Formats: sequence, structure tokens, C-alpha cells
Amino acid sequence: MKTDISDLRGDFPILDQLVNDEPLTYLDNAATAQKPNQVVAALTHFYQTDNANVHRGVHTLAERATVAYEDARHKVTHFINAAEPAEVIFTKGATDSLNLIASTYGEANIEAGDEIVISIMEHHSNLIPWQQLVLRKHATLKYIELTPTGELDMADADTKITDKTKIVAVAHASNVMGTVNPIVALTKMAHQHGAIMVCDGAQAVPHMPVDVQALDVDFYAFSGHKMMAPTGIGVLYGKRDLLAAMPPYQFGGEMINFVHRYESTWNELPWKFEAGTQNIAGAVGLGAAIDYLENLGMSNVQAHEQQLVNSLLPQLTADHQIEVYGPNDPVRHTGVIAFNIKGLHPHDVATALDMEGVAVRAGHHCAQPLMETLGLVATARASLYIYNTQDDVDRLIHALNETKEFFSHELIKAE
Amino acid sequence: MSLSKLNSLYREVILDHADHPHHKHALTDATTTMTVKNPTCGDVINLDIDLNEDDVITNIGFTGEGCTISQSSASMMSDAVLGKTKDDALKMAKTFSDMVMGKQHYQADLDELDDAAILSSIVSFPARIKCATLSWWALQRALLSNQQEESDGEA
Ligand SMILES: Cc1ncc(COP(=O)(O)O)c(C=O)c1O
Repeated sequence: MKTDISDLRGDFPILDQLVNDEPLTYLDNAATAQKPNQVVAALTHFYQTDNANVHRGVHTLAERATVAYEDARHKVTHFINAAEPAEVIFTKGATDSLNLIASTYGEANIEAGDEIVISIMEHHSNLIPWQQLVLRKHATLKYIELTPTGELDMADADTKITDKTKIVAVAHASNVMGTVNPIVALTKMAHQHGAIMVCDGAQAVPHMPVDVQALDVDFYAFSGHKMMAPTGIGVLYGKRDLLAAMPPYQFGGEMINFVHRYESTWNELPWKFEAGTQNIAGAVGLGAAIDYLENLGMSNVQAHEQQLVNSLLPQLTADHQIEVYGPNDPVRHTGVIAFNIKGLHPHDVATALDMEGVAVRAGHHCAQPLMETLGLVATARASLYIYNTQDDVDRLIHALNETKEFFSHELIKAE
Repeated sequence: MSLSKLNSLYREVILDHADHPHHKHALTDATTTMTVKNPTCGDVINLDIDLNEDDVITNIGFTGEGCTISQSSASMMSDAVLGKTKDDALKMAKTFSDMVMGKQHYQADLDELDDAAILSSIVSFPARIKCATLSWWALQRALLSNQQEESDGEA
């Protein structure tokens, strides 16, 4: 039984409140998503009935907790269409997943003179691990630039990715401009040159169907909290051969097979990469979030957001007092929209919107090199999710108009 | 109109300072220069100060980009500390910081701040306190870094 996606708000009590005396309009989903009752209930149930450490006991609760934890891994496996659960590693989040690849695969395979290619639209968490790796290894970091419409310049990618390239790491969807990148084409390019493809799916997995085998990426990283799971749980998908050949990330309990005084052997995949007691409840919560999303159907999720973007984006781009960064074409756009009111600082805009109950982000969105490239210090950013409605879009537009009116004399100055 | 709530923060004085900031220019050969950044938004303030031999701020100028609050705060701060001694300016920075954090402060100290005292309303906008304190922080760091060198010299 599919739930009606147009009316999910009953599952999200947090949305039903006044903020600054106005109904809350939560449009900061790219930062983190709200959690439905079903996810909260799964956490409560786990803690009230099944809680124990996993893989470490013969008693009943230990067994139940282990089943719950590994069940969640199966759900992720199915959700992103990994070939097997051994390819799904639980991490703290996308940042942790990307750091894991850089410090294991990267550390073992990058040598002086090698090149790593990323894009200029990367979030800091898919940028700094590579930047620091090339510094350690005396390798080189190269950036794929943007087209004038804020999309990845594939001609540039073609010149940047060469036989010297060992790793290509690009976001599936931008957390600033809402661009969806052509991962299949990039992966082909990377593979033709013998490089591996790392994809940061933090802004994609919550919002669209993702099939890691169809993408043919070698690694894929994402966070649970942006898809309605708790914070502190995330996923690294990796192809079995690569994971098997990689050294461990951290050392300790769970990730070992045998430990002797002066040497140890490592556990099988995926546990080789899960040292210490993991975020068991977080994984259970992620499983519940996946159930919730699968019940809706990811194509419906995508279509719902697309419908809202179709309404919101043209209203913003048609407004000569507003500047939108990223593609202007709604069908080439996720529900993440960065913009500024010309002549106003996004902090002032975000404070004004907050007074209207509208929550948006203002800042550099952890993408300072992108901001610099766009010639900006900061932008406002509205980002949508499944529980947003046309009403939310209307409230944002209304609040923006109020904001322009409030600061009108500053806007005149800017014109 | 619900944005009337904004009036308590964006007072006329603040908007005036943001529209026509005072002392918004770089100084050539400033005695002290300090650049500070608000890491949450990337806003930058470069502050130039001339101190004479009596430790009096004889000239002050700032450059950089920022929101209405940070720009007007820098303008009001510059007005307030120009002509003051280093010690007085540091005391004012402390008063300002106490004020925006909602801590206790004397009315007499507040009066010293001139226009800048109007930013006390920022207490109700906690997410914006950093915007208001950025230039005062630059001032503090500029003056203290100078003191550091001096005390190093005396030691
Ligand atoms: C594109 C992208 N990559 C990576 C991350 C990092 O995710 P997390 O902070 O959950 O590790 C984010 C989150 O802001 C993101 O938007």
C-alpha cells in the first residue's frame, strides 16, 4: 500500500508548530531532513526491546540486535542495488565515508605524480580529503569546471581526466546549485583511463532512485540524516574487489579475525571496515527511513519534488530582483535552489524569512571554492523534501516579497 | 505585516550605517591591521588602526563585505572608538560583547558605545550575534596583538 505523498505531514509532528508566530515552513532539507514518526518509533522499539551489542554474544538480545543491524544493511543493499551486503559499510555519514576511501584506498594507491580529479562544485567533504591526500603524496588535484549554466563542463572533464588520473570524485547532485551530474558518463571516462570513480551521493540518495551497479561507480557515499534517518549513520558502498584489497580504516574490536601479540588478521567484508561498537540504533533508524521511502517509491519522491521545483524555480528566475545560481531549467534541477536577493546579504534575507517562519540556509554551504568561482561570498538556499507542499512554496515566495519590501531602500541602491 | 518583528533589529540607525558606512576605507601605513572572518558565512572584515605614541586611536578604517548587521556594526564601532585610548577601546569591546550576549553591564558603559549600543536588540536574534561582534572582535585582536608585541618588547 503506497501512502499518498501529497499528505505526509501527519508523520512529521515537528512540522506542526509555530516559529516566530508563523507556521513553520522547513526548507533546509539539504542540511538535514526531519524524521517521520515511523523512524522515531523504530529507534524507540529497538531501545525498548532489542538493545544489545552486535556480533558479540550468544544471548537472545545480542542475536536480535545483530539481526536488526544486519537487516538494515540488507535494506541499504537493496535500496541502492548493491550486488551484496558485503559491499555496504556503515559509517558515521558521507564525510566519514569519503575520508575512509581517501585514507585507505587513497593512501595505498596514490603515488607522487598521480592525479586526482574532482569538480569545482564539491562539498568540502569531497574536497579536503583529496586535497590533503595529494599534499601527503606529492600528487596533483585537478578541478572540472562549470558551464555558464552551472553544470559540469564535460569537455573540460575530458581534458582533465587522463592516464595520470587515479581517482575521479564527483557529487551525484550539488548541494548548492541543485545540478545533477552525469555520473555514468564520468565513470566511463574514469574507467577508460584506468581511474576509479568515487561518487558523493549525499544529495542524491534521499531524492531519486539510485542504482550503484547501473552507475558502475567504484565507491558511493551518503548520509542517513539527509534521508530522514538519525544523525551519525551513513554508508560507504564499494565494489567487493576494491574493498577486499584495501587496508582497514581503523583498528579495534569487530574488525579483526585473529589477534596475536605481534600481528592480526582482518575480519571479512564489510566488518573489516567497522571497528568498534557501531551506531546500531542509527542503522536500525536508517532501515526504517528506507522502508518509509520505499513505501512512497523513489520515483514518486522525485516526481513530487520536481513538481514543487517546477513551481518555485520559474518564480525565482522571473524575478529581476532575485539571482538564482545553477541551472534555470526546472527539469535539470533537484529541490536545492541557491539564490540571492540582489543588493541584500543572505544572512539578512534568512533572518527576515525566519521571522516569517521560513527556514532556509544562508552561507557558503561548505563549498567555498565553488563560491569563489561564482564570485560570491554566500547565498541563501531553499531545499525541498517529500513533506513540503505547494503551500510551502507559496509561503517562501510571499516571505521573499515581504523581505524585499522591508529592505526596499537598500534594494533601490543596488539597482 | 509580520515583518514588523524585524524592526526591532533593523532599526533606522542600523540601516543608515549599513547604507552609508562611516570609515569604510583602508588606511595607508596603518599601525595595526587585522583581518577576521566569520566562518559560518565567509564574511570578512579588514580593520586598519592608527595608534599614536599615547596609545590613542587617531584613525580607523575598515573594508570587507558583509551583511547589514556586520557592516553597520563596523561603522558604529569605528565611530565609537575613534579618539579613544587603547584601554578604553578594549573596555568598550568587552561591554559590547557582554551586551550582545545578554550579560550584565552598566548603563554608563553602554552610553560610551554611542550608536553601537542599539545592537543590544541582537540578543533576540542569537543566530546573528556573530555578525554584530565581527568588527569588535577584529578591534580586540588588532589592539591585543599590538600589546602582545609591546609587552614582549618590555620583557
Ligand atoms: C554533497 C554533500 N556531500 C557531503 C556532505 C556531508 O555530509 P555529512 O555532513 O552528513 O557527513 C553533504 C552535507 O552537507 C553534502 O551536501
